[in-house]
Amino acid sequence: MAIDSTASERPALILLVEDEAADAHLVRLALRENSVQADLAHVLDGREALAYLRREGPSFVAAQRPDLILLDLNMPRMDGFEFLAAVKRDAGLRGIPVVVLSTSDAERDVRSAYHLGAAGYVAKSSSVSELIAGFGRLSQYWLTLARLPTHGR
Amino acid sequence: MSEEEAMVDSQRSNRMLMVEDEAGDARLLQLAMRQSGFSADIDHVWDGYEALDYLRRAGQQRQRAPRPDLIVLDLKMPRLSGLDFLALIKQDGDLRAIPVVVFSSSLLETDVRSAYELGAAGYLIKPADFQELISMVRILGEYWFTLVRLPHND
Repeated sequence: MAIDSTASERPALILLVEDEAADAHLVRLALRENSVQADLAHVLDGREALAYLRREGPSFVAAQRPDLILLDLNMPRMDGFEFLAAVKRDAGLRGIPVVVLSTSDAERDVRSAYHLGAAGYVAKSSSVSELIAGFGRLSQYWLTLARLPTHGR
Repeated sequence: MSEEEAMVDSQRSNRMLMVEDEAGDARLLQLAMRQSGFSADIDHVWDGYEALDYLRRAGQQRQRAPRPDLIVLDLKMPRLSGLDFLALIKQDGDLRAIPVVVFSSSLLETDVRSAYELGAAGYLIKPADFQELISMVRILGEYWFTLVRLPHND
């Protein structure tokens, strides 16, 4: 596969937006089980994620732009839909692909997510082995197959 | 999803619209899809205008055109370019929910960036080798047709 050597100098960075500690832990586990060569930054809700992406506040001054965002929907303060809408309205951020991870199967939620610009909607599986297999597919598509913008890397 | 819904879901075949002006590339992609083992009904249109007519069911032949679950889009095409087509459908409230994956031979960073900024759900470089194409198509199918939920666009 055509992999640009300049693009692979540093590992990809994934921003995980997830308020549940257990779910975040499972995502880390699933990435590790799939030997995914990516760094993971983790924030707890939509508002914190926007602060991260806009480098607002002392903790995010040196925040690196992620290559991919994994987004939970059901979160306090700013939920996933509001966050997705805000990112896709922001000309400086809209080019970052956002994949929704959700426990909701509702067609309404699936449609809204794509309508707002999601680049995938993954139903969180309650089975750990399914979850691991799912992250294998997700990382194969986004980190091995797809070309992502390099942002001066 | 209930079991009944899941059954209906698995019975309905995946539908893909390929927008590609090169007959050779279109044929190779279709062949790779068959060989990679994922099944989708593939419709092929030759440029952005034809794709818009297909999606909007405009014109006599297009009245029964199915709504695709996924669009695979070449960039360099006559008449309406892939990027212009992408911009148009992402501005259309009825069509914008359909994911569009760019499939291009262009390695230009400006093309990659523009595609994502316009709302592409992936940017794939056309490989020169057919075996690579098969493995590419397999990963594409496993992501879009096995892993993710897609909106029902009927």
